[in-house]
Amino acid sequence: MAQPYREKIDKMSSEVVDSNPYSRLMALKKMGIVNNYEDIKNQSVIIVGLGGIGSVAAEMLTRCGVGKLLLFDYDTVEIANMNRLFFRPDQAGLSKTKAAEQTLQHINPDVSFETYNYNITTIDSFEHFKSRIEKGGIVPDTPVSLVLGCVDNFEARTAINQACLELNRSWMESGVSENAISGHIQFIVPGETACFQCVPPLIVASGIDERTLKREGVCAASLPTTMGIVAGMLIQNTLKYLLKFGEVSYLLGYNALLDYFPKDNIKPNPECSNSICVKQQKAYQEYLKSLPPPVAVVQEPQTKPSTENEWGIELVEDEQPTTATSTKPSNTQFEYTYEKKPTVQVNEETKVKVNESSLEDLMAQLKGLKK
Amino acid sequence: MDNQTKQTVAQIPLLTVKAGPRDGDQWIERLKEEYQALIGYVEINKKADNDWFTIESNPMGTRWQGKCWYIYNFKKYEFDLEFDMPVTYPETAPELAIPELEGKTEKMYRGGKICLTVHFKPLWARNVPHFGIAHALALGLAPWLAAEVPHLVDNGMIKHHEDK
Repeated sequence: MAQPYREKIDKMSSEVVDSNPYSRLMALKKMGIVNNYEDIKNQSVIIVGLGGIGSVAAEMLTRCGVGKLLLFDYDTVEIANMNRLFFRPDQAGLSKTKAAEQTLQHINPDVSFETYNYNITTIDSFEHFKSRIEKGGIVPDTPVSLVLGCVDNFEARTAINQACLELNRSWMESGVSENAISGHIQFIVPGETACFQCVPPLIVASGIDERTLKREGVCAASLPTTMGIVAGMLIQNTLKYLLKFGEVSYLLGYNALLDYFPKDNIKPNPECSNSICVKQQKAYQEYLKSLPPPVAVVQEPQTKPSTENEWGIELVEDEQPTTATSTKPSNTQFEYTYEKKPTVQVNEETKVKVNESSLEDLMAQLKGLKK
Repeated sequence: MDNQTKQTVAQIPLLTVKAGPRDGDQWIERLKEEYQALIGYVEINKKADNDWFTIESNPMGTRWQGKCWYIYNFKKYEFDLEFDMPVTYPETAPELAIPELEGKTEKMYRGGKICLTVHFKPLWARNVPHFGIAHALALGLAPWLAAEVPHLVDNGMIKHHEDK
């Protein structure tokens, strides 16, 4: 690895000299935007997925001087990634975690790193992943400050959701649509907001008739612009959350074709398919009840109907009849990726009949069916 | 989906135990259902003279391996099939992989995981926990093979073992 270009810096200084890497960040203090900027050194963040969003998010946090980053990915750098930011052609073939650590450590020697090159959805890796959420903080054996989901698939998102629900830790989910023209970030607080499984995954309405979309061929498109913008939205929200300034967004979308940024707030679903989410919801309600009366009035933020139209954008009429439930996005610029209604009906006739056989017998029976 | 596939799928028994590989005894119950449904599905296929895969798991049912094949122009193309049970199963479908085809088709993710995003995952999500491995094979893998194998053969990306 290249020699560090500077010594580690113990205390962030606001001195304005060319050699101070933190002068422009500490200026946020002088301007009254962030009163405690140096607190960022005490923050630790897990980033799952080092693709077009996660790698850029990691670079942003590194440059901001975050205390510690824990990076998870099982992929290697490929030339096909070069349409996105961060990785360089000479890193092709390296694991994304190692390549990222190299670059980031050089940019800012003050950040400490943990990297894990595995798939969090497999049984063994998942338990380890959970233990890093719980114990990977700056002070050993304390939880990390925040988990960021920057993955590209439903399985990994569900696994992060599961881990954070079990550990009662907040996390932020992010994503870009397969056609690269929209994206979103979502801040998930167990019990307080909708979890990732409360409602079908949300995407920003594209304004394109889905039926006209050519779906054959490649699985996903990507643009450095859309991914960079979403990474920026994600880390802006992260900084606001970690350093307690401004207002943290719960659901923020980006529609690239219309340059529209819808914002919303999804309530948890009392009938969420994840039983731990339901448990956390009850715990949160109990917590609200336990608060002294004047504070108790501050209920869960209401989902705002989109009557205040800050951007003066006209919404296209939604032809779908809207069934009003509290867990539905109030903003028609968000839509579900799929219907929830089952396509099958379980009854005595259609349901599997498990006889008295042991699992071993059944395994042998299936094997016996091979020609 | 063609009518025959629909009819076949309708005959695969539906599962009821909502348990994943981290759920101990409940998982064993789920595994029994999985095996029973797979046995049912293989029997249906054999009866229709349409046997097209074999599959088995490790004792805990966390890792699955087998073979699948597709007949095109009277020639049989056979592939190794494998997948791990994700921790969030059955909330999320297994990610079926044919590693030997990695890099040969665009409809595939790293590690040879076949692309199921559009045609299968939404369907799976709507029917949790009633679909199992048999459904993933019938509704995910079978249509994928039917679309991809002819394409791969016609473009010379794969060759029948007798033509090598």
